[in-house]
Amino acid sequence: MRHERAFDARERGFVFPRVCRPGADFAPSRQIDEPRKLRGAWTGRSNARTVSAPKYPGFDTLALHAGQSPDAATGSRAVPIYATTSYVFRSSEHAASLFNMERAGHVYSRISNPTVAVLEERMAALEGGAGAIATASGQAALHLAIATLIDAGQHVVASGSLYGGSHNLLGYTLRRFGIETTFVDPRDPQAWRAALRPETRLLFGETLGNPGLDVLDIPEIAAIAHAAGLPLLVDSTFTTPYLMQPFTLGADLVYHSATKFLGGHGTAIGGVLVDSGRFDWEASGKFPQLTAPYAGFHGMDFEEESGTRAFLLRARREGLRDFGACMAPMTAFLILQGIETLHLRMPRHVENTRTVVAFLAAHPMVERVLYPELPAHPDHELAKRLLPRGAGAVFSFDLKSGRDGGRHFIESLRVFSHLANVGDAKSLVIHPASTTHYRMSEEDLKKAGIGPGTVRLSIGLEDAGDLVADLERGLKAAR
Amino acid sequence: MNFAVDGQRVFAYTAAHAVDPGKPAVVFLHGAGLDHSWFGLQSRYFGYHGKAVLALDFPGHGRSEGPPLATVDALAGWVMRVLDAAGVKRASLVGHSMGSLTALECAARHADRVDRIALLGTAYPMKVGEEFLGAALRNDHAAYDMETIWGHAPEVPLGANPNPGMWMYGDTLARLERLAPGVLHAGLKACNDYAAGLESAARVKCPALLILGRRDLMTPPHAAHSLAQAIPGARTVTIASSGHSLMAEAPDAVLDALIEFLA
Repeated sequence: MRHERAFDARERGFVFPRVCRPGADFAPSRQIDEPRKLRGAWTGRSNARTVSAPKYPGFDTLALHAGQSPDAATGSRAVPIYATTSYVFRSSEHAASLFNMERAGHVYSRISNPTVAVLEERMAALEGGAGAIATASGQAALHLAIATLIDAGQHVVASGSLYGGSHNLLGYTLRRFGIETTFVDPRDPQAWRAALRPETRLLFGETLGNPGLDVLDIPEIAAIAHAAGLPLLVDSTFTTPYLMQPFTLGADLVYHSATKFLGGHGTAIGGVLVDSGRFDWEASGKFPQLTAPYAGFHGMDFEEESGTRAFLLRARREGLRDFGACMAPMTAFLILQGIETLHLRMPRHVENTRTVVAFLAAHPMVERVLYPELPAHPDHELAKRLLPRGAGAVFSFDLKSGRDGGRHFIESLRVFSHLANVGDAKSLVIHPASTTHYRMSEEDLKKAGIGPGTVRLSIGLEDAGDLVADLERGLKAAR
Repeated sequence: MNFAVDGQRVFAYTAAHAVDPGKPAVVFLHGAGLDHSWFGLQSRYFGYHGKAVLALDFPGHGRSEGPPLATVDALAGWVMRVLDAAGVKRASLVGHSMGSLTALECAARHADRVDRIALLGTAYPMKVGEEFLGAALRNDHAAYDMETIWGHAPEVPLGANPNPGMWMYGDTLARLERLAPGVLHAGLKACNDYAAGLESAARVKCPALLILGRRDLMTPPHAAHSLAQAIPGARTVTIASSGHSLMAEAPDAVLDALIEFLA
């Protein structure tokens, strides 16, 4: 219908449409419009609207359609799995044009693939970014962001409340390659400012920290980053674009472990790195990686070549080319299947989580529950502001009975699966101190809010009553 | 490369080549609020295929300094001064939307310096809706939304992008949101106020090609009819699937049409 109306308008002969008619046709869209209003208020980057604008497709529609037209060859409605490494050139001239970026298209599936491209475009649409790159895992997405922007001798300021794998990469592995990281208390803006050095190139945090669910004050940290001419990278895995769109709050780059809620069914490992396209690398003056001729790519100045697409161009054409952590088309298909119901699954994840949190918070065996929607959580007010749709479905709680109690608790559960993952349709449980965070020192564990009796839950889509009954059984065993 | 024109820095993308006065020059002129990179694939092609390419950023756009110019007359005069500064005596002009009117005006006034004109996403008159102009005047985000949504075929948000991994709406918004206040309005006003189209069209002596998108909501093909009729010998290529953002929506079809025209 939308297309037909557009045609009608054209048939009437208007050029640059004259009138924004009120009503459904041009009413501000609910999903995309609301967050963008906030951007002006919080970051001053763009202006609020004073008239109704034409309508963007809603989030739910984009989750099902963005990035894919019915297959030109077959009419396939579902996204075809293009299980191919490479693509036949029409001629030598066509081949040369593709290699020299004079024509759009695919050459080799390490750089781009039609199935993977659907996922990339869909995620860019859902996040409100300029474009995206899918990677072999969430860790590969983080690595790709850092490797694109940061050289040896440069520095990252990161939240101290990170997923253990990210902590390892920044704290140990990248240090081997000359990239230093200072970890700071994510709730202390002054600590972020104080950690900045002349060689700092990136600020990085998680929308919801792991495992204490610190809510990253993105508007505040983005303002600190931008005042220093630096971008803010955010791991949005726990919130997904359904619960939060970090670009509307001021973040510049977002990545996901698509393995989690995006895929949603525990079937595939993958990552997605999305660029807002808003960060002005040229104005910053700190990123010759994007704004000066690069001998590693035929003397290309990526920003001069492609403007808003500079980061994505270098990340794809160098990062995927050389590091090679690309996503397989089958993986992209599985994650796309998940994304098509993201807007249906996330509300149920949150609803079940609220039921479980309420049960645990009132239970005498439980020392504390760390969930931002609880008034006792230090980020309760911030969560109300930044996460009005819910604070996710992963949270931690502390058993009064400590380490042994934690072990008995986990081993007596029947519905919850004991494994190292989150964001599955099935409910999951783990003991961070002995698994995901076991490489961290006692001091770092304490900084991250992890105690010996801390248990992390990922709440799935089962009957909430069954989940509560299962936890009740575990708590009895933990006595 | 950078020039100084009217005391302001002007940026021209040259596809990593020095501007060789021995090669035929092709100058790319972008639309309101956008920049040289909207011609990225096409300008790069010609830069690597025997042409001296200058893909300009109009004043206040992209990397070029200065207040934006609010008339086609001023834009056309500026383009000729840029060619002088770059030492380019003759050139073919490829313009999109606002840039197409600029190319037309340059060709009408300087038959001795313009070899060919390709007008993409063009129309005459290029009237802009009152609410669109008003929103742009107030630097209201709604103007960016209007340019983004009306600037693409209706199918774009629910379909695939020819450029892997890119989201055309998001990329356009990212470009527009970087603009200084007043820049988009100046460009739209230049389009809206341009009144010399048919007279200028009749004065064009060089070969002209119109490249239009059948799904264009801003400058639909029928709105270019009078221009196509008025330019002596003008040819028209209509791309069935494309909206107003022809270079991104149909990059290969646009390039093929330009290759044939500029050969």
